[in-house]
Amino acid sequence: MAVAEEKRAKPARTRLISGPGMLLVWFYGVMVVGAVSRSVYQIATDFDRAPLAYSLSAVAGVVYGFITYSLVRGGETARRAAQVCCAAELAGVLTVGTWTLVDPGAFPDSTVWSDYGMGYVFIPVLLPLSALYWLRKNRAVTP
Amino acid sequence: MLNVLTLVTGVAALLLAAWCGWAAYRDQPTKDWHFIGMAVVSLLAVVQLVVGIVLLARGEKPDQGTTIFVAYLLGAFACVPAAGFMSLAERTRWGSVTVAAGGVVLAVLEVRLYDIWGG
Repeated sequence: MAVAEEKRAKPARTRLISGPGMLLVWFYGVMVVGAVSRSVYQIATDFDRAPLAYSLSAVAGVVYGFITYSLVRGGETARRAAQVCCAAELAGVLTVGTWTLVDPGAFPDSTVWSDYGMGYVFIPVLLPLSALYWLRKNRAVTP
Repeated sequence: MLNVLTLVTGVAALLLAAWCGWAAYRDQPTKDWHFIGMAVVSLLAVVQLVVGIVLLARGEKPDQGTTIFVAYLLGAFACVPAAGFMSLAERTRWGSVTVAAGGVVLAVLEVRLYDIWGG
């Protein structure tokens, strides 16, 4: 039903990477490379030191990768999927950020999301907020 | 040698960021001159990559490990060209903003490279 409506209203996929979207893709791309390469290296060399922190970095990398792919692909389904992932990302940053502050002992080594992403100039917490705003602005117009 | 190169590349990256930020502020896309600037910064990153590998081959050891060092060298090398291609796809001020962001990211990578190599 909703799909049929969309097809009538918008035959082409919504482009999510025009204008500010391109900047978002850039930052998400950087975070993918950062989180994935970091977690691969840490898991490969030193997993036992901080299993939780390194696994979380890996999960963050996967989430970032999926959001990047959705943004580049475009379209309403991808937009919704990206929206869900950005919400999950935001929840993750806030949870892990608070967790690292409340119980630093659980994290012998830092993750991408430690202290709300302070090691990454707070980009991890700013990125989902701006992405959610951007995705909301680009939602298909419902008649 | 490498530290001088790191400093020069970092400063050049910041200049590129400021220049493209200025273009974005004036609502302009990246132009030929900006791409020449990106080429200069990319060339510095390539030279850095080569010098870094030569130093490793001669048996010098980075403070924080060879793998991380090489990973950051590759990241620094790919950073500005990637942003450049994205600004080719986005011919508005947002393309300029993306390259400016690329310059800032490269500058951060250079700071990390300095730490990893061990000043």
